[in-house]
Amino acid sequence: MTATGTDAVELQGVDKTFGSVWALAGVDLTIGAGEFVSLIGPSGCGKSTLLRVVADLEEPTAGSVAVTGTSARQARLDQRYGIAFQQAGLLDWRTVVENVELPLQVHGVGKAERRRRAVELLELVGLAEFAGSRPAELSGGMQQRVAIARALAPSPRLLLMDEPFGALDEMTRERMQAELLRIAGETGAAVLFVTHSIPEAVVLSDRVVVMSPRPGRITEVVGGRRPPVSGDDRAADTLDPDAVEDVRETAAFFEAVTAVREALRKGAATDGPAA
Amino acid sequence: MGSRDRRRLRSAAWAVAAFALLVVLWELAKLVLPAGGVTVGGTRVLPRTDDAAMPHVWTVLARLGAPEVAGAAEPRSVGAAIVSGALFTLGLALGGLVLGGIAGMLLAVLMQRFAVAEKAVLPYVIASQTVPLIAIAPLVAGWGGKIAIGGWAWEPWASVMVISSYLAFFPISVGMLRGLTSPRKADVEMFRSLAAGWWTTLLRLRLPASVPHLVPAVRLAAAAAIVGAIVAEISTGTRGGIGRLIIEYAQSATGDPSQMYAAILGAAVLGLVAAGAVGLLELGLRRYRGSVA
Ligand SMILES: Nc1ncnc2c1ncn2[C@@H]1O[C@H](COP(=O)(O)OP(=O)(O)OP(=O)(O)O)[C@@H](O)[C@H]1O
Ligand SMILES: [Mg+2]
Repeated sequence: MTATGTDAVELQGVDKTFGSVWALAGVDLTIGAGEFVSLIGPSGCGKSTLLRVVADLEEPTAGSVAVTGTSARQARLDQRYGIAFQQAGLLDWRTVVENVELPLQVHGVGKAERRRRAVELLELVGLAEFAGSRPAELSGGMQQRVAIARALAPSPRLLLMDEPFGALDEMTRERMQAELLRIAGETGAAVLFVTHSIPEAVVLSDRVVVMSPRPGRITEVVGGRRPPVSGDDRAADTLDPDAVEDVRETAAFFEAVTAVREALRKGAATDGPAA
Repeated sequence: MGSRDRRRLRSAAWAVAAFALLVVLWELAKLVLPAGGVTVGGTRVLPRTDDAAMPHVWTVLARLGAPEVAGAAEPRSVGAAIVSGALFTLGLALGGLVLGGIAGMLLAVLMQRFAVAEKAVLPYVIASQTVPLIAIAPLVAGWGGKIAIGGWAWEPWASVMVISSYLAFFPISVGMLRGLTSPRKADVEMFRSLAAGWWTTLLRLRLPASVPHLVPAVRLAAAAAIVGAIVAEISTGTRGGIGRLIIEYAQSATGDPSQMYAAILGAAVLGLVAAGAVGLLELGLRRYRGSVA
């Protein structure tokens, strides 16, 4: 296998307990290079925990974790993944471009080089003209785009996103989804995306992973309806937002939404009284 | 002119207005209240307001230009004596602030880095401030007197500086510790995800985040350093500063209270100068302000 052919994430039998709370139980999950996978499930089912295990922000209690073909720790040390949370988490004493530069600065990339790269990324997320602004001067959606640009700075093979659009209004959210699809296509990065929104999971993903709580585990995997935007053949194009719009109106989209909803309901049903 | 600059200008204007109000109240008290003060059942509840107890503001100001000691061989005006004393004290207080600031910040970094250090040291940091200055001053002077580094023998002013730093370090260490631990968990994790080490996290996250906590701490510390320097001058008997001057003038106050008030005025102006300097520091660091709501 070539380096780019290596799976972005490979989890085998991952358990995670916090004291008596069993947050993850026997999680097996493989995310291929460039694949877009969403995690969905009721609150407290361990989605964030799973993401944090991949990010090496949390040690698994048992099981094996490989990220881009190496240990989670090594992947973190090499900045092989980029991460974005629900809160953009920008440093407000830095300008927008300086925020995007942060990962490169931490990794000792020279000033000119990291500035060049940061400006390039701001163009990618459509915020080039705000390079010199303060985060506080930006709207929530713009801040979130800056956070995504920052996550992309080290050219990661994997993007980890924990409800990144959770705090946005519906219109902004749909725009950001199209944006994210275009970026993922252009960079070829695999994405592990946590969300509470079924349509969002379906429209973005190659696969939707459904989880259930107590103990947190994967109950079902549903095929998503990620539209074939940009990426390979249309890489130079900016995304036609209609491509995403169109997907939302197909029968296949509604089928997938229904399948995810069913899976979630089943997960809740089996939850039942604790044994 | 930004709204922040305007706000700053306005607060400066308020400070001037407050001073003017104080002068007016002082003169009003002299005008309205009986010269002998107010006595209720043998207890004096309001001070005497005659010229010996409360000289007119203009008498005090006029005194600045008069010679310090009538008929001295080398006459020096009261104003010149006060300015030179104030500068001497300001220098010591500044030295104390820098010393105390460095010590306080290092201690805060240590406490942030090692939770054990925080548990072990913080109680002593707090306890240190309950020991009265009057008890510390002779101790420091006594220990200092036994120290001679290289050819340099301990001078009394060094004791003053150390005592001043002892007061300055407390607000800075507490404010700094608070600032260093102020970043949200998510920000700390962001740095961890970037594989930033402790030092990088300190430099790029914790230090910038601590500025909004540090500036008010420095303001407190500057005031504490000046009070510390003045009291230390008095209690160690160090000559040359404004503390000593106040005492000297107070001893001759029976005949000439306006001279003592002039010295006290000098000490107050010293405090204002320090506050102004901190304001400038704040201006220089305004980039880091917004991070605390
Ligand atoms: N640091 C921690 N210490 C103790 N328990 C924790 C910790 N982190 C998570 N948990 C527990 O693990 C379980 C899973 O939490 P997690 O945050 O992964 O859920 P989630 O699926 O992301 O929920 P949400 O959708 O609300 O974000 C919860 O029961 C939570 O209380
Ligand atoms: Mg979560």
